[in-house]
Amino acid sequence: MIEPRVRVPSTARQGEIIEIKTLLSHPMETGHRRDVYGKLIPRQIIHTFTCTYNGTEVFKADWHPAVAANPYLAFFTVATESGRLRFEWIDDEGTVYATEAEITVA
Amino acid sequence: MPLKPRLPWRRATLVPALSLLLPPWQGQGRLIKGGPAPTPSRGTGLTALRRRRRAKVGMGGSRAGQGTLRSLWRLSACVCVALLALAIAGAGESWRYSVEERRSGYTYLSEENQRLQDDDFANPGLLWVERGHELWQQIDGTAGTSCAGCHGDAATSMRGVRTRYPHFDPQKGQLINLEQQINRCRAERMHAPSYPYESDALLALTTFVAFQSRGLPIDVRIDGPAQPFFAAGKALYEQRRGQLDLACTHCHDRYAGQRLRGDVISQGQINGFPIYRHTWQTLGSTHRMFAWCNTSVRSEPYPLGSDEYVNLELFVAWRGRGLPVETPAVRR
Amino acid sequence: MPLSHTLLSRRTLLRQLGAAGVLVTLGPAGAWATQEMVQQAVRDRIGTREPQPHGVTLRLPKIAETGNSVPLTVTVDSPMTPDDYVLRLHVFIEGNPEPVAATYHFGVRAGKAEISTRIRLARSQTVLALAEMSDGSVRSGAASILVTLGACVEEVWGD
Repeated sequence: MIEPRVRVPSTARQGEIIEIKTLLSHPMETGHRRDVYGKLIPRQIIHTFTCTYNGTEVFKADWHPAVAANPYLAFFTVATESGRLRFEWIDDEGTVYATEAEITVA
Repeated sequence: MPLKPRLPWRRATLVPALSLLLPPWQGQGRLIKGGPAPTPSRGTGLTALRRRRRAKVGMGGSRAGQGTLRSLWRLSACVCVALLALAIAGAGESWRYSVEERRSGYTYLSEENQRLQDDDFANPGLLWVERGHELWQQIDGTAGTSCAGCHGDAATSMRGVRTRYPHFDPQKGQLINLEQQINRCRAERMHAPSYPYESDALLALTTFVAFQSRGLPIDVRIDGPAQPFFAAGKALYEQRRGQLDLACTHCHDRYAGQRLRGDVISQGQINGFPIYRHTWQTLGSTHRMFAWCNTSVRSEPYPLGSDEYVNLELFVAWRGRGLPVETPAVRR
Repeated sequence: MPLSHTLLSRRTLLRQLGAAGVLVTLGPAGAWATQEMVQQAVRDRIGTREPQPHGVTLRLPKIAETGNSVPLTVTVDSPMTPDDYVLRLHVFIEGNPEPVAATYHFGVRAGKAEISTRIRLARSQTVLALAEMSDGSVRSGAASILVTLGACVEEVWGD
């Protein structure tokens, strides 16, 4: 399985607004495409993305089929304390893709 | 009575007229290369006259004047070169995506997609490069080794590899491309099963290996034992096929740069493969592209990994010689 | 009745049906989001609140050469303090088969109410963004885009 990619600054100042970039390999099958036989290809997308900072949810996204395949998302959060950021993507089949990143806040 | 044209005008038109008699540049169809510069001779024209006068008089009248003037010319030449170098550097990466008349698919992209390809985080192809890196280090097969076990650090050992494929393989007696080479290493050295063509694993490894040659110019060999396969690839490229009865050369040579419905036709170069293609919403190989093109003209495609496509790959790679490896490129 | 007269009336009938016929053949039946669907989706999220058309900026290319992946950045003008911050941001794509693209949940810890992503667009349309603020108000912003090759409803060839 292809691991998710995240870019989080390894260090930040207290209170600094940091940008986090995420990229995941996923077909994000819309459910509107048809195969060569004319049959609808069933929908299979990531419907929820969450980012937790030392256990507290700091960002969440609800996705629909209009989010492009291999979804890219960049967002911001305030660097409050040193610790771990956890990123989770959940798709329609219930599969959870997850990765973590450490941050040191001075 | 019609005015007789002055000699310099006549000489200026002589060179282009001569060039029309030269044979067309091989592989580019109708493109005509300019002829050699005319050798300077003791002419009677105005230019020649000025030249002799300059040599006699020295453009300043005295030897000292000559020296000052010469250094002034040298200085201005240096300044011009420096400015040109700055302009090229300032123009960014885009200039090296064109070599003579050969243009990378990058030059046909919108700004957004060019930026996406250049983005060292968000380029979706990099997901496969990372996966390829994992597979490179993974022990697989009964020999108990990994790619890294023989080849070590790919950044060193694989640098330049992508620029030389496909090439003639004496063991096979025919061409071998990068995907086939990877599978051969797996089968013969690692005693591991081959990856199916176009599988995520093979794409990831191919992209990872090709990525190590990023920026280096494509430089395939078409002489010696590779020659008959190159010729076969060229024949395939020029052969009409399918219900639409088109050959590759029709779109990619004759109509490159023009529109095909809502899209712009590129030259069909493969220096960026495997590419992240938006139409496929995933990474794809050269052979997948060839098969897509064949299907587009309603022609039965050859199987992925077939000899026909490997031969075609060599010809198309040679068509793009000098263009930089851009793997993983982003295309529409 | 003369033949030409029959042909003319058939032609007129075909012309009248033509517009409707083209719409039907554009994709699978019910392929596009209707105005009612879009308005319902908006009401489901912001209720009867009237959006104020300021403070939400969308950065979207003017022309997308492929609808499969269009970069979008939405920024909401807000200090993001405990007294004044963005709760949620909704992105609507009224020209697609489904009217909603995504909902982003912010909060004070976001620091900046801005997201960058890539969306799919089936055809040329206006992308609308609605931001729900902490004081209960709703702000809106929009951007139009021309899509040359649409996504979502194309056939897969099995290539």
